[in-house]
Amino acid sequence: SVSHSQITRLYSRFTSLDKGENGPLSREDFQRIPELAINPLGDRIINAFFPEGEDQVNFRGFMRTLAHFRPIEDNEKSKDQNGPEPLNSRSNKLHFAFRLYDLDKDDKISRDELLQVLRMMVGVNISDEQLGSIADRTIQEADQDGDSAISFAEFVKVLEKVDVEQKMSIRFLH
Amino acid sequence: GQRSSESPKNSNQSFAIVSFKWDHVKEPYIIALWILVASLAKIAFHLSHKVTRVVPESALLIVLGLFLGGIVWAADHIASFSLTPTVFFFYLLPPIVLDAGYFMPNRLFFGNLGSILLYAVIGTVWNAATTGLSLYGVYLTGIMGKLNSGLLDFLLFGSLIAAVDPVAVLAVFEEVHVNEVLFIIVFGESLLNDAVTVVLYNVFESFVAIGPMNVTGIECLKGIVSFFVVSLGGTLVGIFFAFLLSLVSRFTKHVRIIEPGFVFIISYLSYLTAEMLSLSAILAITFCGICCQKYVKANISEQSSTTVRYTMKMMASGAETIIFMFLGISAVDPDIWTWNTAFILLTLVFISVYRVIGVIIQTWILNRYRTVQLEIIDQVVMSYGGLRGAVAFALVALLDGDKVKDRNLFVSTTIIVVFFTVIFQGLTIKPLVQWLKVKKTEHREPKLNEKLHGRAFDHILSAIEDISGQIGHHYLRDKWSNFDRKFLRKILMRRSAQKSRDQILNVFHELNLKDAISYVAEGERRGSLAFIRSPSTDNMVNVDFSTPLPSAVESSVSYLLREKAGPVCLDMQALEQRRKSIRDTEDTLAHHTLQQYLYKPRQEHKHLYSRHEIMHSEDDKQDKEIFHRTMRKRLESFKSTKLGINHSKKLNKIHKRDRGQKRRNSSVIPNGNIPSENPVQDFTLKEKDLEFSESEENNDYETLHLGKGVDFLANVTKQNFTDTPAGIDNPVFSADDDQSIYTKFSPWLSSEDTVVPSQRARLQLPYSPNNFRRLTPIRLSNKSTDSFLLADGPEDRPRSFLPESTHM
Repeated sequence: SVSHSQITRLYSRFTSLDKGENGPLSREDFQRIPELAINPLGDRIINAFFPEGEDQVNFRGFMRTLAHFRPIEDNEKSKDQNGPEPLNSRSNKLHFAFRLYDLDKDDKISRDELLQVLRMMVGVNISDEQLGSIADRTIQEADQDGDSAISFAEFVKVLEKVDVEQKMSIRFLH
Repeated sequence: GQRSSESPKNSNQSFAIVSFKWDHVKEPYIIALWILVASLAKIAFHLSHKVTRVVPESALLIVLGLFLGGIVWAADHIASFSLTPTVFFFYLLPPIVLDAGYFMPNRLFFGNLGSILLYAVIGTVWNAATTGLSLYGVYLTGIMGKLNSGLLDFLLFGSLIAAVDPVAVLAVFEEVHVNEVLFIIVFGESLLNDAVTVVLYNVFESFVAIGPMNVTGIECLKGIVSFFVVSLGGTLVGIFFAFLLSLVSRFTKHVRIIEPGFVFIISYLSYLTAEMLSLSAILAITFCGICCQKYVKANISEQSSTTVRYTMKMMASGAETIIFMFLGISAVDPDIWTWNTAFILLTLVFISVYRVIGVIIQTWILNRYRTVQLEIIDQVVMSYGGLRGAVAFALVALLDGDKVKDRNLFVSTTIIVVFFTVIFQGLTIKPLVQWLKVKKTEHREPKLNEKLHGRAFDHILSAIEDISGQIGHHYLRDKWSNFDRKFLRKILMRRSAQKSRDQILNVFHELNLKDAISYVAEGERRGSLAFIRSPSTDNMVNVDFSTPLPSAVESSVSYLLREKAGPVCLDMQALEQRRKSIRDTEDTLAHHTLQQYLYKPRQEHKHLYSRHEIMHSEDDKQDKEIFHRTMRKRLESFKSTKLGINHSKKLNKIHKRDRGQKRRNSSVIPNGNIPSENPVQDFTLKEKDLEFSESEENNDYETLHLGKGVDFLANVTKQNFTDTPAGIDNPVFSADDDQSIYTKFSPWLSSEDTVVPSQRARLQLPYSPNNFRRLTPIRLSNKSTDSFLLADGPEDRPRSFLPESTHM
């Protein structure tokens, strides 16, 4: 779990984001962070903080989402095999990213969902056809059961060589 | 031609029509000539792209200087020109340091201040001490032969050769694109170590002067105290002048033309004042630049700001050019040349080795406290990039030959060290870094998925970092911004500047609205935004995906490979391998396209500082694109929620403002049939100082200005809509279509805005840009993908204008 000083720090960050309302954060509070406006996935990540259908996130929820990005400690790896998987496990980190793609929550990234993300990440200089072609190839690479969509298991498999633990960790949350 | 006077006898009796007054103009003329020569040299260098890619400009300039010095010497047998310390310290160095301070990325700088200070202070002391002591130790063994120096002289030499030089470092780092943390640490270190250098140099110089006998503990203590006094004093002087400058800039509204002058004069005064008080002048002017940035930029007009920027860059770049050239010229002075192989060689060895050791130890210590770790490659770059430059040379030239008997030896050694680091290390650092980076990412060719999702992870991480407020100094930063907001701004910023507080607004303002219009208009003009390509990809246009022609594709890809050197290079190797192994040219193209066009994550793409360019273009373009898209989406969701819920409240307030005829005509009213009490129509009309209820202040600012932005976009697209033959201007007619299209759209819309506006609210927004999107399917081709893309961003809107256009 996160250390006490980190929790205090994050709480002060939480309250500083909360301009004047002194309570849960709303989407606008997040949108006020200027760097997010120039992050291609910014708005989707903001959404990830908010539980299904809600407009507010309290500190607990805030921490919960951030907890995904704790670095994986070596000693944690061997420890608790029986308990629930910690939020910052490799699988949960990947799941976080997966959920950003999978908008309709059917546990599959369809071609269209992939296209949307691609378009967000690539900008205006690529034509639809090129983009479609890239999307097709990406799915082809990962798809194993032939349903032209990427399931979570396929997602995990195709990224097995990527150092997710490092790419999706903030040491700050140590 | 000139006509001399008639005859010597009559010279003072008759009127000379023209005369040759060389002595009269000699000094300024020569100075101007040298500046001209240096600038011409720069032009000459940049004619050859190949050379400049490999050899850093600083090295070229030094060589040029050597060459020129040689000519002068051969012609006159005198070394008439050299880099005098006075000229250097008073005229050449201040512009460079001011430039560094004024353009310093403050947030990054203060975020890493601890590390920077550690390297600057401890690192420099370490370097000085170890180098001086080692040289002395070796001297004692007698290898160096007979020298007239004692321990103190060696320490003096060590202290002046130890400091990493800001001029040289930046000159080289511009070639090597490193990550922002590494950059700021080395950059910051090179600036801040001046205090240490000054203190050490002065202390040891006076110790040498008063003689080793008289150096007591008291003197040493005084030396240590002087360090704190010099550094803190210099900083305070800088801050004081920054305050002064910001204050003055607040009142310069009516003297816009000389506004830029204040920046330079007051900063220069800070430098001279610190120098006068024997404090650290470099620190003074650095902090003057750092602290005044924000307020000055807020206060002065756009044109003045541009003037300041360009003038600063020009002066800094010019000064740097001259410095390097003169370093070369000054070397051609046989009088000073004293050769002592052992000394010179060992100096080189020691400074390199001790730098490496110092960096490793300090990094190890730092990594225990830092949130962002410094990797091996960072340490390599830091050690290897610790260049010595003109500051060391100027300091050594200042030495008094009577007091320091081996001055000439020191000068010669310093010259050699400077040349070595600038030329050799400058030349080799780029290949070294690339080799290391490649080493890290070699072995496998990454799959498409890995690239794509890897990039997504980078973006995610950036966002989470920004949300969580990365680095631990957050508490201080918050305290500072509170203090700033409550007091400083009120004093130092003009009232008009204080208003635009919301940071999103600032970003939006910076992204010039006009650019936004012209950007979309450009897309329209060209027929489709999809056609905006860089020239090198024109080759790709003719490639037919369905039937790959290996030769054609290969030539274009290799053309691209050749063109796109630099950061794309590394993946090209993987790409090349893959190409040979897989022989799937389409796949290669997919990889390459992705690689080329994926937006870069924050960590990578910010080129923070460059002495030779005003940073613009690529990064801004990416930021603009993403920003526009994000803002439109947010605005739509905002509008649908706010309007749906707060319908009546806004109505009354907005109704009043009328932006004027032009706006009204071009605003989103198709024809007079539409009842004017439609709220949205007025929603698009805004004034700057519209007063909304307090609790929604910030949101309204957002809408306010976003509304303006959307206005523009709406206007632009509106105009284009009227031009098209299909001519659906009147949404009324398409209202029926809207319903059906709406149901098709809602899954995606509702996923983007998780607050689902009421149907009523939606139907009452017939004229929002949102709605224009819904018009477009009518024009659309049968491409299924387009409907999805439309949900994402109106950049796609223009694309649909030419449904028949073939994108390939």
